[in-house]
Amino acid sequence: MFDTLSDRFDGIFKRLRGRGRLGDAEVDEVLREIRVALLEADVSLDVVRDLTGRIRARCTGAELSKSLTPAQQVIKVVNEELTSTLGGEALRISYASRPPTVVMLAGLQGAGKTTAAAALARWFKQQGRHPLLVGADLQRPAAVEQLRVLGRGVGVPVFSDPSSPVDVARRGVAEAARVGRDVVVIDTAGRLAIDTELMQEVRDVAAATSPQYTFFVVDAMTGQDAVRTARAFGDALALDGVILTKIDGDARGGAALSVKQVVGKPIAFVSTGERPEDFEPFHPDRMASRILGMGDVLSLIERAEREYDAGAAEKAMERLRAGRFTLEDFHDQLQQMKRMGPLQSVLGMLPGVPKEVRNASIDDRDVARVEAIIRSMTPAERDDPAVINGSRRARIASGSGTSATDVNNLLRQFKEMQRLMRSSGAMGAAVRSAGRRKTKGGRVTPSLKDAGSLR
Amino acid sequence: MTTVLVVVIVLLLVVLGAGTAVYVRRGQAAGGTRPPRGPRAPVGPGGARSAPPPPTSPEEVRARAPGAGERTGRALVPETEAAPAPTPDEERVASAPARGREGIAGRIGRARDALAGSLGAIRSRSRVDATTFEQLEEALLLADVGLPTTSRFLDDLRSRVRAGAIPDDASALLEALKQDVVSLFAGEDRSLHLADGSTSVWLFVGVNGVGKTTTIGKLAAREAAAGRAVVLAAGDTFRAAAGEQLATWAERSGARIVRGSDGADPSSVVFDAVQHAAARGVALVLADTAGRLHTKVNLMDELRKVRRVADRPPGSVAEVLLVLDATTGQNGLVQAREFAEAVEVTGVVLTKLDGTAKGGIVCAIRSELGIPIKLVGVGEGVDDLVVFDPVEFADALFS
Repeated sequence: MFDTLSDRFDGIFKRLRGRGRLGDAEVDEVLREIRVALLEADVSLDVVRDLTGRIRARCTGAELSKSLTPAQQVIKVVNEELTSTLGGEALRISYASRPPTVVMLAGLQGAGKTTAAAALARWFKQQGRHPLLVGADLQRPAAVEQLRVLGRGVGVPVFSDPSSPVDVARRGVAEAARVGRDVVVIDTAGRLAIDTELMQEVRDVAAATSPQYTFFVVDAMTGQDAVRTARAFGDALALDGVILTKIDGDARGGAALSVKQVVGKPIAFVSTGERPEDFEPFHPDRMASRILGMGDVLSLIERAEREYDAGAAEKAMERLRAGRFTLEDFHDQLQQMKRMGPLQSVLGMLPGVPKEVRNASIDDRDVARVEAIIRSMTPAERDDPAVINGSRRARIASGSGTSATDVNNLLRQFKEMQRLMRSSGAMGAAVRSAGRRKTKGGRVTPSLKDAGSLR
Repeated sequence: MTTVLVVVIVLLLVVLGAGTAVYVRRGQAAGGTRPPRGPRAPVGPGGARSAPPPPTSPEEVRARAPGAGERTGRALVPETEAAPAPTPDEERVASAPARGREGIAGRIGRARDALAGSLGAIRSRSRVDATTFEQLEEALLLADVGLPTTSRFLDDLRSRVRAGAIPDDASALLEALKQDVVSLFAGEDRSLHLADGSTSVWLFVGVNGVGKTTTIGKLAAREAAAGRAVVLAAGDTFRAAAGEQLATWAERSGARIVRGSDGADPSSVVFDAVQHAAARGVALVLADTAGRLHTKVNLMDELRKVRRVADRPPGSVAEVLLVLDATTGQNGLVQAREFAEAVEVTGVVLTKLDGTAKGGIVCAIRSELGIPIKLVGVGEGVDDLVVFDPVEFADALFS
């Protein structure tokens, strides 16, 4: 989501790069552009003023450095200011000494509370906890049913009954204590900040359950209203953090900056997709880097650590280096990679990936197709694709529901990869080759750039 | 851990390479039909559909009979300004409100007090100067109108002030701006249409959590109250319990509903709903779809297919309504553009306008894309869906 914002800055700084010095006029121009970019990114007007003010002070002030170009200097300043606005450090969850630890979610209608509740429960489970989901949204039709389905999906029990939100929440916490669940995640109904009656209700729920954590759930696509709503919820409830949802779209996500500034509490989690596994702790420093187009390798590594079997990856790497990496290995690794989430989001986090590629329509069905092709091969074929002749190819294609061209493409791509790895044996080569093929424009294989231009 | 990254990058390269080729080919194949969403619930061909829709109340039959023939080809739902029959407000009063409800204007207005500050200053000024324009700009930006549209409004005002077309008076300036906002929406077709001689389908599209299902529920209730039968198509087969949510609404309004199993191809659900409606002589199908971010290419393709299938006789897509959350910021314009490009959006439904958000992004949508704003949602109750009123909207924008 922050990609567009970083594109903006890209544009500004490209022009800046040509300049030798940063005079007052340049600072003005840069700040004007930054203001436009931030406003278009839905950063609230107050925050924009505040940010540009601070950036101006630092750019025109005494902090001029000799070792950096003006562009680098501005980037550095903007980066630091964004990071500090997004909130010093990540939230670290601590648990109640006497379980259960109660976590409550609140927010506007359609912000994504129910989905976030299930995702959060899954996250707690991954932390080795035993969460219980409590469905206290008795307002929206089938909200509890939705939570039950999601709970089943993530393997977390769901408690609810059709009494009243306060009673359900209270009983849910008691139930957790009774059955030995150590974390309770309470999903509440969506409500408008100005609906005094419902705001009182959510206050009552909080009073009845005294949550350790109250999270404000907010849609990343929210505009200027983010500030007002966040302020109102912050006034009504003792918020401990924010969950930012739907950041997998192309909204520029200025709401993140605004909400952070207004609520004064960290953005604890972000949801990056519709599935409960598309959910992760928020890292302000990484997000600021992402805004500036520097990629988010740290999140990727963390995700990889969590989902990837390191031993297997090590072995695969060895085989890659030795040129003994077969389609079978490839298939295995693909399974691992799939656990890291949708391809698109993985790609989005890699640094140095050209914009065209990042925005390319990468479809997880492509992975499925590749898998299907490999699965339609015999072990012998997977071991040595060279044995695949015309009739084998036809069989594989029909077995996987693809065409002979698809099979060919995969084989060609695979061979290319093997060749690269053998010749240089390093990832640098792989990445460089991506870049090279991009500029060459798909002579042997359709280039990555093509993928981008297809949109 | 970098090892893992290397492996990931290698895998990505291969998949991307192979996938791209496939993509090119598929792209050329004139967008053939596609299977349901990739990573989602696996469905066999055709997808075991759930049992036929539950028998509905006899009301449907009753409602159908008289005067149904006259409905084709003309505006159905909103009572436009021309036909002042029951105003939205009066209609609303007729139904039992769940909680104490004020008038719509009141409801939209009650949130605005907090903002009166910035423009209160304008009203108290007499001369027009740079500060006045700054305050107007601020008001527009805070309402999510967006910088480009705001600048257009203000540049136009400035030149008119310079030309002497607007008196040098701050409140006159504000009035002129309001008028500009109102005239932006002038002449737009806010009626909801029915197709001649076939089963009309109104398709509801939008990103996640904007209120598509709720909007359909309200419209269904409204149609039922007007004695017109509708069939609801539970085309959101992805989100957990979306079907149940719509079924609850169907029950409330006595409308029929056609559902598919979870993960079923939404096109097939809509297709079945059209068949079902046609077989029973019901003229209108309200088709729900799963929320989707406009950036998800495969999901947008899925939506295209839903539209194509719904448009197949006896069905005819009469309206494609983009449901937009009033809290949406500048991304709303992108959403509108992408959805319009994919499924020819015929109108916008602006929901959740009863909060503090003003939904100013519809100005940008109207001015850049020309899509009319047809309905607004102002609450969770059955009757809280009314025809968009530019005057009220403009007032709220600056209140």
